[in-house]
Amino acid sequence: MPELTTRTAPPSPVIVEPGSITPGRARGAGPLRVDGPAKLTGAAMYADDLVFPGAWYGATIRSTDAHARFLSLDLDPAFDWSTVVVVTAADIPGDNIVSSIEADQPILVPIGGEIQHHAEPLALLAAPDRATLRAARRAAHVRTEKLPAVFDPLVSDHQFAAYELSAGDPDAAFAAADLVLEGEYRVGHQEQLYIENNAMIAQPQDDGGVTVHGSLQCPYYVHAALKRGLGLDDRQARVIQAETGGGFGGKEEYPSMIALHAALLAGKAGRPVRMIYDRHEDIAATTKRHPAIVRHRTGVTHDGRLIAQEIEVVMDGGAYCTLTPVVLSRGAIHAGGPYRCPNVRIRARATRTNTPPNGAFRGFGAPQVQFAAETHLNRIAELLELSPLEIRRRNVYRVGDTTPTGQVLHDSVAGEEVLERAAEAAEFERLRAQHDAARDRRVPTDAVPVSPIRTGRERSASGIGLALAWHGAGFTGSGEVKLASVVSLELTASGEIRILTASTEMGQGTKTIFPQLVAEALDVPIDAVELAPQDTAFVPDSGPTVASRTAMVVGGLLIHAARRLRSEVEAATGGTFAATYRAYAARRGPQRVDQRFEPYPGVGFDDATYRGDAYPAFGWAACVARVEVDLDTGEVEVLDVVAADDIGRVIHPVLAEGQVEGGTLQAIGYATIEEIKLRDGRYLNDRLATYIIPTALDAPRITTILVEAPFAGAPHGAKGVGELPMDVGAPAVVAAIADATGVWIQELPASPERILAALTGAAGVAPLPPGASEPAAAGPSASEPAA
Amino acid sequence: MTTYRFSVNREPVEVDVPGMRRLLDVLRGDLAMTGTKEGCGEGECGACTVLLDGMAVDSCLVPVCQVDGASVTTVEGLAPAADRLDPLQAAFLETGAAQCGICTPGMLMAARSYLDGGGGPDDHAIRDAIAGNLCRCTGYTKIIEAIALAATRRTGAQA
Repeated sequence: MPELTTRTAPPSPVIVEPGSITPGRARGAGPLRVDGPAKLTGAAMYADDLVFPGAWYGATIRSTDAHARFLSLDLDPAFDWSTVVVVTAADIPGDNIVSSIEADQPILVPIGGEIQHHAEPLALLAAPDRATLRAARRAAHVRTEKLPAVFDPLVSDHQFAAYELSAGDPDAAFAAADLVLEGEYRVGHQEQLYIENNAMIAQPQDDGGVTVHGSLQCPYYVHAALKRGLGLDDRQARVIQAETGGGFGGKEEYPSMIALHAALLAGKAGRPVRMIYDRHEDIAATTKRHPAIVRHRTGVTHDGRLIAQEIEVVMDGGAYCTLTPVVLSRGAIHAGGPYRCPNVRIRARATRTNTPPNGAFRGFGAPQVQFAAETHLNRIAELLELSPLEIRRRNVYRVGDTTPTGQVLHDSVAGEEVLERAAEAAEFERLRAQHDAARDRRVPTDAVPVSPIRTGRERSASGIGLALAWHGAGFTGSGEVKLASVVSLELTASGEIRILTASTEMGQGTKTIFPQLVAEALDVPIDAVELAPQDTAFVPDSGPTVASRTAMVVGGLLIHAARRLRSEVEAATGGTFAATYRAYAARRGPQRVDQRFEPYPGVGFDDATYRGDAYPAFGWAACVARVEVDLDTGEVEVLDVVAADDIGRVIHPVLAEGQVEGGTLQAIGYATIEEIKLRDGRYLNDRLATYIIPTALDAPRITTILVEAPFAGAPHGAKGVGELPMDVGAPAVVAAIADATGVWIQELPASPERILAALTGAAGVAPLPPGASEPAAAGPSASEPAA
Repeated sequence: MTTYRFSVNREPVEVDVPGMRRLLDVLRGDLAMTGTKEGCGEGECGACTVLLDGMAVDSCLVPVCQVDGASVTTVEGLAPAADRLDPLQAAFLETGAAQCGICTPGMLMAARSYLDGGGGPDDHAIRDAIAGNLCRCTGYTKIIEAIALAATRRTGAQA
């Protein structure tokens, strides 16, 4: 049996020259996951595992209206309120704002204020035990006066953000096109569904400050929120990340709200308060992927070259702005897909509806628009009788091409490479030819009722589908420059090498690759490098753990810091770092290197004109999915998937594959089964029994091909991997369904109902589309707090 | 309050609690064994899976009154010693089957039950055995690989 400390040797450094592309599977095994043993033995401490003696339990009283005036919080005099703590907006010492892009979202709706969505926090309770807490909730009554609500993002008159991109002369190009195709595509909400629910524990401090321990992605986002909402200074607000059981963007912004709630209760109770969401509350109240409506009008030549694209993107932001402008911005830039097109007009806007706010989710606007772009391109290919592979070969970006923001793609361009690798490994053309023949055999004359293409012989149909995407690496536009992230590397007097960053581990492997990168740069064993806890009292602000930026941006800063430390030590000692650093540290005392982000050379973006290098580099992803469609029930089984992803440089093959596999399945869930249904602005399926995600039996076999087209601006060439697979899974599955059945599903998920409706030519059966709800009746009403 | 006696990871325990308290809460709260996780509280996700007399159960659905006299095994009971992993845990570590780690305790217990029942490296049988355990990080690929590896090694050791 292996010892816990056993690690395989780090792989030899992968040297990939910028400008080159390395195809195929990644080599070698990385070190074993640093946080693995604790997670495998039950020793890892997630937020709800932490013990705080004397801690009370907190709860949130939420709105049951989508839009209403908050008239009063009535406390039943029969209940002994001295046994609990009640917090309303009047108790907030700082700004009643959850700090974010806009100052529009309150921590708690004030009495007399406007409730903007179902499940919005109105008041807080804390009690010494759960039974008392439940009794207090039953004794607190919310009175509201309903207001007319808006649920349809297309009719909303409040815009959070809008962008317009244009190039060339689309009108003239449309006039010259051999074929013009229009199409509308819709995607709904998707829940991140990390398996660990949101959780936060606040502990009041003697200096009037507060320390929160929680499940979160971005310690400094929470830190900023505590400072603003509670009126604290940098030191009084302290945020410590507990082991975090998945995030996927879902723990990017909402933890700020929960931390504020826990802190307000803890401050008033004068003791620690645990705010641990159960699954129902987590789904009902926290952010989702933005629903979107995307309209395409595309002009092509007879041989399938794109000459004009006109794209309109409308995203539903929900009731508050949160990160919507940035999600929309990424959506606008990626809307055309990874294709050269000289004449482009992209108009994107996000509007407000009275539904819970939408926010960050792996892919961040790009999966929505690339589902539309890829499905539209496949339909064009079908009309032109071109193979989906061939039309992509003719249009995919190559080195030297210009994007709609005017960015010239100088290097690290691997769309063609991932496309060819995936198609080849999946035998795309051979299988597609087989399915063509099978479709031709299924003539409707021999049909059984309700299933016009079902013959007596074949109960199901096989299909194969292809999708290609690009994904901007790191923050959009000038985001990284504004963040100005900092990392630190310490060499202690006793010779310990310690990494200080705010980048969090949430399963993706930060705790393993950071020591690995630093160890490689210093040429010491990985065990010689430790990672400081993600505690704002100690670590600098390395920016949020989002946007697939951790390996690329923060990892790159760490390599720069390690190189500086190494040359400093080697210059002083004349020996190698590995041989001399302990003696050097003992003699010179503790050393610390701070490394601040500097703009990548030659990369610039102008926010005012929305022109320039939208991203320092792009990652490229291709996906081929094979499905079996049940022609009687419309059910889709995704049999296998080949995913080829260019991530710049593979730091750790096992972890990188893990990202591709997990992202691929999340995308397949998005494509086939994951759907939030709303009525009057309330999520109907806000439980895990009703919001379903893929199980092991639903999951396909996934083959991952990692391609390396290094980004010259980063010292290691890495471009990030987390979000890439999310962009391609859904359009590949929908294309495979079309290959099997001949029908295109233009609204996700491709549920059995939608597939059957398409097969039978019936009108869409989309249940409860936006705006379908009856308008809320005005007038005062008493309502119970949300369960 | 009633006194219930059962064993957890081969150690006898005695708790004085309401009979309808969930086994999950008894483990995490009364016995301070937080290795077993709660993901949904309604038997959908399997994060709280433990072995009850060798059978994988969702401990959020088991009232402690049903556990009286039984033998419970949790993730804390898998490793043979504090600094060692058992072969199933080692296979998870080697293949990268644990990412965020929150489903891992339950996943390990479902896999333990499968292997103890004589399960082999067959892909579909493994998928079936862990179909009650949701994972959002891995796409299940490396979890299945890990269980198959542990099954193969065990067979190899017996041969």
